[in-house]
Amino acid sequence: MLDSLKARFIVIGILIVLSIWSLWPRQVTTRLRGADGRMRDTTQQRVPIKQGLDLRGGMHLALEIDQSRGKVDNPGDAIDRALKVIRTRIDEFGVAEPLVQKVGTSRIVVELPGVSDPARAKQIALRTAFLEFQMTDKNNLFRSALPAIDRALAAAGVTERSVGSAARGDTTAAAPARSAVEDILGGRAVAAADTAKAGSVRRGPAQAERADTARADTLGNQLGQGPLSPLLFAGGMPGEYLVRDEMVVTVEAMLARPEAQRLMPRGFVTRWGAETMSRGAMPYRGLYILEERPIITGEYLTDAKARLDPIYNQSTVDFQLTRRGGRFFERETGQHVGDNMAIVLDKMVQSQPPVIRSAISDRGQIELGRASLQEAQDLALVLKAGSLPAPLMIVEERSVGPTLGRDSINKGILAGAVGIGLVIIIMLGYYRFAGILAVMALGLYVLFTFGGLAALGATLTLPGMAGFALSIGIAVDANVLIFERIREELAHGKSVRLAIDAGFRMAMNAIVDSNVSTILTAAFLFQFGTGPVKGFAVTLILGILASMVTAIFVTRTFFNLYVQRRPGLQTLSI
Amino acid sequence: MTRFFANANYDFIGVRKYAYALTALIIIPGLLLLAVTGLNYSIEFTGGTLVQVTTLTPQPLSAGDLRSALDAGGLRGAEIQSFGSDREYVVRARLTEVGAGTQEETQRTAQAVRSALTQRFGENSIRVDRQEAVSPKVGGELRQKALTAILLSFVGVLVYLAFRFEFRFGVAAVVATAHDIITTIAFIKYMNLEVSLTVVAAILTVVGYSLNDTIIIFDRTRENLHKYKRDDFGGILNRSINETLPRSVLTHATTIATTMSMLIFAGEVIRPWAWVMTFGVFTGTFSSIYIAGPILLWIERKWPGHEARGVKAHVAPASHRAALAPPAGA
Repeated sequence: MLDSLKARFIVIGILIVLSIWSLWPRQVTTRLRGADGRMRDTTQQRVPIKQGLDLRGGMHLALEIDQSRGKVDNPGDAIDRALKVIRTRIDEFGVAEPLVQKVGTSRIVVELPGVSDPARAKQIALRTAFLEFQMTDKNNLFRSALPAIDRALAAAGVTERSVGSAARGDTTAAAPARSAVEDILGGRAVAAADTAKAGSVRRGPAQAERADTARADTLGNQLGQGPLSPLLFAGGMPGEYLVRDEMVVTVEAMLARPEAQRLMPRGFVTRWGAETMSRGAMPYRGLYILEERPIITGEYLTDAKARLDPIYNQSTVDFQLTRRGGRFFERETGQHVGDNMAIVLDKMVQSQPPVIRSAISDRGQIELGRASLQEAQDLALVLKAGSLPAPLMIVEERSVGPTLGRDSINKGILAGAVGIGLVIIIMLGYYRFAGILAVMALGLYVLFTFGGLAALGATLTLPGMAGFALSIGIAVDANVLIFERIREELAHGKSVRLAIDAGFRMAMNAIVDSNVSTILTAAFLFQFGTGPVKGFAVTLILGILASMVTAIFVTRTFFNLYVQRRPGLQTLSI
Repeated sequence: MTRFFANANYDFIGVRKYAYALTALIIIPGLLLLAVTGLNYSIEFTGGTLVQVTTLTPQPLSAGDLRSALDAGGLRGAEIQSFGSDREYVVRARLTEVGAGTQEETQRTAQAVRSALTQRFGENSIRVDRQEAVSPKVGGELRQKALTAILLSFVGVLVYLAFRFEFRFGVAAVVATAHDIITTIAFIKYMNLEVSLTVVAAILTVVGYSLNDTIIIFDRTRENLHKYKRDDFGGILNRSINETLPRSVLTHATTIATTMSMLIFAGEVIRPWAWVMTFGVFTGTFSSIYIAGPILLWIERKWPGHEARGVKAHVAPASHRAALAPPAGA
């Protein structure tokens, strides 16, 4: 008896030590990007139980390949490559304990705990960052084709107005995002009203005003007659045209017409400038006619660094190419001395295409104009990590601010404490001495559950905290079943020792059967759930297992010790 | 020694008709209401956008203020709900027709809500606490998964009970569980709670809890069927329910204590879960006594068991059955 009692205490001791050991905070060293943008080893106090994004604050993103703007050839391969690129980017971004993983066959999940600027993080993950260097249309082939394009568009009945209003519904890259938003909110009427308003401004006095400004400012003469030409003004170099900001959508729609596409000079593409520029009082966007074949792309890039140019007070990204890319670049630029080269990022032309003065080898820079230094740093980061093989889109986003997370933790702890307090009061009030044993077992139960969570590396979420509080209510059930059984046996006139024995044995079936069924449902819950719900299921399962161990084994040991210390025991306070 | 309901002898099985009437009174109007208006699904299931904001202006903003700011931003049809205090609001925009909305739109809406509010009230007067954007595709997947989880857990439990007891016990327990799910859904409808993943988790937990309770009674029934071979089945059921009554009362008390403290103290985010759990404790208890037992009785009367009155021997081994004192009431 004594030996078995000793053995029991040793087992309990081992469980306690294991739980405390897995809960003990320890130092963990990770490489993180500091505030100055440099990577360095950071040693942090590891928190024993990871908090979910809903408690800690942070962002959860699910990404898929966006096939809405053109089919992607091998999506399975593309998603794998995208995963690598995003992982590199996120590592560089410098968030503690990020998670980037593939889920299923076509989805990437990105989890960034404690990220303070979700919009920026989203940009970093989503930006295609496809860099191309393309030569401009130096022979003005487009300008020569313009009269024919105008005639074709006019013959097809295209006018500024007909295209303009149709284009409003379009969600092209340059178009404002509003119409789609209004669509899903059922606010079509608003969208229509907006269009009408914008339209009337354009049709009415604006038309006369434009003619005025066109003459008044220094943009030079109109390029010709017809639907398209009057909207374009010659820019400062061959292949550059300026379009008034509000006409960008209209021009884009006209150029997308099959009549215009057919007459476009072969081997050339149109690209918009990334930023608006002012000429006189009016905002304009650059429209560039570029050679379709890039002389080099971002795949040869090895390094990129952001800096603020003190002279022009603009941010720039300096890049370096691989040796092979450098040779390539040198040869190509050597052939194009005196021409303008456009730096095209994600199909947008960055700043004005500069003139190539001499052959450039493996270094260059991208001027970002008004962009902040941080934006430049982000660009350098994504350029260095490489471009995404295909555009991605967000299919699911959840972000929780740090305030709400902290609030949830505090409230969860309060609720848990009140719940435990009530359970203790009920148990002590009803079972007296045996209740003390049950409460002691409950203390160990809490320790074991948290130890188990820490050992499994499980994440504690808000529903998980709720599950834990609930499992405390349920945890005493096993004790209750046993105690009630002991009471019944005592009522039948058994001795204390025999009643305890029978009570534990008889309650066993009910405890096991009922708990297994709860674990079964929790397991199915784990199977289908997302983050927070998974946390709930794990906590519930661990809680039930721990409650079985404490009720069946630990409480039994306490009883054995008590009975052994008092051999002549006649009554039991239960 | 404090003992509640010791040696209780209530005729639970006898009053089952009244119990049926009571549960029908909850279920039927609930289901009718459900058929007319449907459940209030969260954006996790419908697809859409949720933005939770805290207003930091000196004077609390009303829902009307937010409404007008969103209207000015072209976001008509978004629903605005106060969330726990007069400073916290949740703005929801659901994708009503599945398939009509593309994936990007949820993203853009979230952005539009933010900018509409900051434009009207200023950059520092609004704090975004939570933002969720779910595309209809993901929403559809989650619906599917939730349904599968519920059905699979049914099958799993049925198999386990058939293995541990006998098939008829499994059937009775599953019918009782189905009853719990239906009453819980009716309750969700009455309370107009939002059906989110956490609420589905609560429903499944209610299922587990109710089964737990049913099994405790069935375990006692199994034991009593061996002990009192000559008693009629209804009497044995009644005896089993009465014998486990003290345990039921105490366990439900501790569980209610925890779910109520969650309901009161744990905040708005988890509140729907706490409501469903609290209700679930009641319906779980009710169904274990008034649904599972009578169904078992009905099956037993319709198809009387073959060997040992339909109970697989799975009680304590013969050695300690012999050690049992003869029960006082036998």
